[in-house]
Amino acid sequence: MKTSVEAMMIATRELTKRFKSVTAVDGITLEVADGELVALLGPNGAGKSTTLRMLTTLIPPTGGSAEVAGFDVVAKQREVRRRIGYIGQGNGAGHSQRGRDELISQGRAYGLPVRQARARAGELIESLGLGEVADRTVSSLSGGQRRRLDIAMGLIHAPELLFLDEPSTGLDPQNRANLQEHIVGLRREHGTTIVLTTHYLEEADSIAERVIVIDHGRIIADDTPQRLKAKHVGDRVFLGFGSEADATTAAGLLNGVREGDRVQVSADDGPRMVPGAIEELRTAGVAVHSVEVTRPTLDDVFLTLTGRSLRNEEA
Amino acid sequence: MSSLVTDTRVVFSRELRPVLRSPFSIVFSMVQPLFFLALFAPLLPEGSSLQWFVPGIIVMSCLFGSSMTGSNLLYEIQTGSHERMLVTPLRRPALLIGRALKEIVPMIAQAAVIVLACLPFGFRLHLTGAVLGLLILAGFCVGLGALSYTLALASKNQEWLFWTVQQTLLFPLLLLAGVLLPIDNGPGWLRLLSQINPMTYVVNAERALFDGDIWSRTTVYGLIAAAGVGLLGLFVGVRAMQRSD
Repeated sequence: MKTSVEAMMIATRELTKRFKSVTAVDGITLEVADGELVALLGPNGAGKSTTLRMLTTLIPPTGGSAEVAGFDVVAKQREVRRRIGYIGQGNGAGHSQRGRDELISQGRAYGLPVRQARARAGELIESLGLGEVADRTVSSLSGGQRRRLDIAMGLIHAPELLFLDEPSTGLDPQNRANLQEHIVGLRREHGTTIVLTTHYLEEADSIAERVIVIDHGRIIADDTPQRLKAKHVGDRVFLGFGSEADATTAAGLLNGVREGDRVQVSADDGPRMVPGAIEELRTAGVAVHSVEVTRPTLDDVFLTLTGRSLRNEEA
Repeated sequence: MSSLVTDTRVVFSRELRPVLRSPFSIVFSMVQPLFFLALFAPLLPEGSSLQWFVPGIIVMSCLFGSSMTGSNLLYEIQTGSHERMLVTPLRRPALLIGRALKEIVPMIAQAAVIVLACLPFGFRLHLTGAVLGLLILAGFCVGLGALSYTLALASKNQEWLFWTVQQTLLFPLLLLAGVLLPIDNGPGWLRLLSQINPMTYVVNAERALFDGDIWSRTTVYGLIAAAGVGLLGLFVGVRAMQRSD
């Protein structure tokens, strides 16, 4: 994952942001390599957006440092801005503007000549399916259409690094799936490095190859979703038996916990563990009546790490 | 430096585009001045009333339009458009200057509508004076617009603050500039307040210029007042924009 300093798209050291008495980001050190797709996961107020706002030069850090696309976010703001795309929580397009006009303005803002900006706007309108609405006033577009327009604006200059802040908040499930497809496609087709924040567990789980869990302004875990789950929670295997006596025997053999005629066993990889366990029990003369394997979610990871559930905060 | 110009042009044309797409919106924003023209002007005493009244209404129209323009930025701060612009490589000063310069365009269009509406009723237009008048007014409305944007940046997340300040200042500025009634016969304290209102000098200059009296001290005072407001507005506005997140 980590090769050389040059290949790092993002490198921060003890990045910190204090607002008066509140420390929103508390010494974050992280590296993101070229081409990674990373999700910052955490509850509201964990410091994800503040981290993103520092990395995108919107606010200066109060401590530590950060290099983005090879440039310092404080000393070389414009160099950073030229190289990154940012899709914020709100809608980027002005409501009294037309979508196509905004895309062209956005291209001009990144220094594209008018003709090139117009051509690029046309390409993005096409690829994001905005053809029918691009020449309408933004205020008349639906939430999903505006979000696609936001993505188009973020991509106008084909950035090597794209930040998305809570990209799917407020979208219905279909639009959310659609958006995730775009994000994954971007990565696959253009090798764009993508960093997004989310408090949707499923989103982090399904699209990110690397999840950085943030709580109270600190990184509390950083790994692939699979490894996070295996490391911090593991699978749970429930075996059902014909009698409590059988269950007691099985609990002893498998080092599990008995509840009535059921036994719960923890495992790093449940489905692989089950056949062997059944074989072992059969040798011992115990017949297994039912098997259920539950795989942990990232919420279980968060719960194990913090003692709190992310789901409560979603509501 | 040339890049600041390019950036300013990008911002300017972005701001102008919705106006050009629906030019009628310019007339909507000048409903109030038109009402004053239609319902107040007939009450003025006999004589050269229109010649005195119309330039003031043109300045009024500029005051109303430019002082409200910050609300557009306020809205863009709330929706996220402003944030998106802040992440682009556009220079911060351009984000303010481009917006403020755009105020000139609706101002000129509104002045034209008012003058055209008054010509049939005996208003006499002196073209050279009028052009110079609009030039002075351009400086004034750029300053007002910049101040309005500054107010918007300062009232981020508290929209009431913007409207409270804007509405509180609007009518004192207007009345003390002697737009609706002459100040000359008022009590001393009122005349003093009028004298420290830069808009007074702009209104006086517009009256003289639209009447063809070009090379007068009034013109110079108007020019100084307008340039002062313009530069102050840009200075304060650029500083506010540089601190914007």
